[in-house]
Amino acid sequence: MNTMMKKAGAVTAPAHKMNGKRIRRFIPVYLIMLPGLIYLFINNYMPMPGLIVAFKQYNIKKGIYGSDWIGFKNFEYLFKTSDAFVITRNTILYNVAFIIVNTFMAIMVAIILSELYGKAKNFYQSAILLPNLISTVIIGYLVFAFFSVENGFINNTILPLFNKDSVDWYSKSQYWPFIIIFVSAWKSVGYNCIIYLSSIMGIDRSIYESASIDGASKMQQIRYLTLPLLKPTIIMLTLMAIGRIFYSDFGLFYQVPMNQGALYATTNTIDTYVYRGLIQIGNISMSAAAGVYQSVVGFVLVLLANLAVRKFDKENALI
Amino acid sequence: MRTKEDRIFQTIGSTIMIIMTLLALVPIALMMISSLTDNATLLKNGYSFFPGKWSLYAYTWIFQSNGATVIKAYGMSFIITIMGTICSLFLTTTLAYGLSRKGLPLRGILTFLVFFTMLFNGGLVPTYINYTTIFHVKDTIWGLLVPGLMMNAFNVLLMKSYFTASVPDEILEAAYIDGAGEVRTMCSVALPMAKPIIATIAMFAGLGYWNDWNNGYIYIVKHTELFTIQNLLNRLMQNIQALAQNSSNLSSAQQGLAQIPSTTVRMAMATLGILPVIAVYPFIQKNFVKGITLGGVKG
Repeated sequence: MNTMMKKAGAVTAPAHKMNGKRIRRFIPVYLIMLPGLIYLFINNYMPMPGLIVAFKQYNIKKGIYGSDWIGFKNFEYLFKTSDAFVITRNTILYNVAFIIVNTFMAIMVAIILSELYGKAKNFYQSAILLPNLISTVIIGYLVFAFFSVENGFINNTILPLFNKDSVDWYSKSQYWPFIIIFVSAWKSVGYNCIIYLSSIMGIDRSIYESASIDGASKMQQIRYLTLPLLKPTIIMLTLMAIGRIFYSDFGLFYQVPMNQGALYATTNTIDTYVYRGLIQIGNISMSAAAGVYQSVVGFVLVLLANLAVRKFDKENALI
Repeated sequence: MRTKEDRIFQTIGSTIMIIMTLLALVPIALMMISSLTDNATLLKNGYSFFPGKWSLYAYTWIFQSNGATVIKAYGMSFIITIMGTICSLFLTTTLAYGLSRKGLPLRGILTFLVFFTMLFNGGLVPTYINYTTIFHVKDTIWGLLVPGLMMNAFNVLLMKSYFTASVPDEILEAAYIDGAGEVRTMCSVALPMAKPIIATIAMFAGLGYWNDWNNGYIYIVKHTELFTIQNLLNRLMQNIQALAQNSSNLSSAQQGLAQIPSTTVRMAMATLGILPVIAVYPFIQKNFVKGITLGGVKG
């Protein structure tokens, strides 16, 4: 067997057009890949045609494919409610805020870390990366320790300092955009700055030396050297984030506000809406309609973002 | 030579970083200190960095009254994390290795099939129906292990590009000509050269499994003995919430609440959930940074 394959291998190396033999030679490789491909099929491709459930009156006994067609009725219901507008608005506005705040923070931290002397910066970097490794459930607990109405640190320690009354944080939706944007920045700055930091480390240090010989101050070096050289990375990452603008971090919007109904006005996103429709309310069809809405619009946005990236920089485009 | 401007920059930069470091660590510290506070003191003063009275009662309560549940959930988390990481490494490595082999017929199409899942997916509803009605993973350990976490396109492509860049095709070809089969070539030639990326992927997968609460939340409904520590934490928050709501209506319930050190127990449980991550953090931190850098812009 081995010798046969050896022969086949020796023959195939120069001759590229012998497809039959080439496939036979690679059969073991296909077998090696098989488990991964099966998982990909089960986990990713099998559910895809299931999207048609959004156009059906889902009946658990009949299954997805046996249920009755009802056309766009589910979508009509969905878009008649104010929910459709609220979840779309929330999802997009939060993502815009995240793009602005998190990008700014990440670049700032990356520039500072790249310029600092001494060993302390390694410690800073490790510390700010830690929140990224914590599960969202526990982040919900951390937020609760600060904002709990009866026992929270803010109501018990911070607000009395300013002679302010306690605030019922978990029923006042107007505060949550700030809390969520803060938590998102807290969680992601350590992660995001790594990418910018590695871009900065890739910059040739000699240009800074010559700039400083020419009398450029540190701020001028940052303003006229670092930032322009980071521009490609900034544009790339921002375009990618725009491509994902129809998706939200489910845990952040579900666990952190503790799934409180009073906060839905400012914390309900497409992902939490789909989840609640499916698990809590049991309205699978409506939930599926919102899911299709997200998948399709999200897909178009990812493609557009990638086209933009491609136009901008071919090497970094995904497609 | 350091100029005056340089010194000012260093001072301001260090100050900003110290503030950021504190912001990152302070909430975790508050949680840990609260878990070590006397429950009555905590109810009086709220969560605080300087508790009037320290106490280990929350931990003794957890391990005495609820010991079995907590230890089981902890064990479940470890089992799921270990099994999940092994499966994940196996699936990711084998698929990535295949996709990196030059000259493999259909290689482009297969790579695209992997990549396409990053652009488009069926979403929660069809995935849920698929896993519950066809594979019946609901209320089984498979519900924690299989959906979503076992392999993702990002890791596969990351590993594939590592294989392509660091394992020269000529070496694989040479091993092949020497009579090694594909499996042996992969195991004894390619994998040893890809150790760094394997470590990185193992860490990503391990963290993903340890921190996952979503699968348990969706797929484990009745058999709560399958709960991981994250699911238990989730459940605990809801239950104590119910308790707290009752107590404001009924003053008699206040006494019952005082006996269960609910506020400190909550934080003690969260501390237990975070502890393993903090324990391994110093060892994985470098790898983690390397992995993110490798994934870089493609993330």
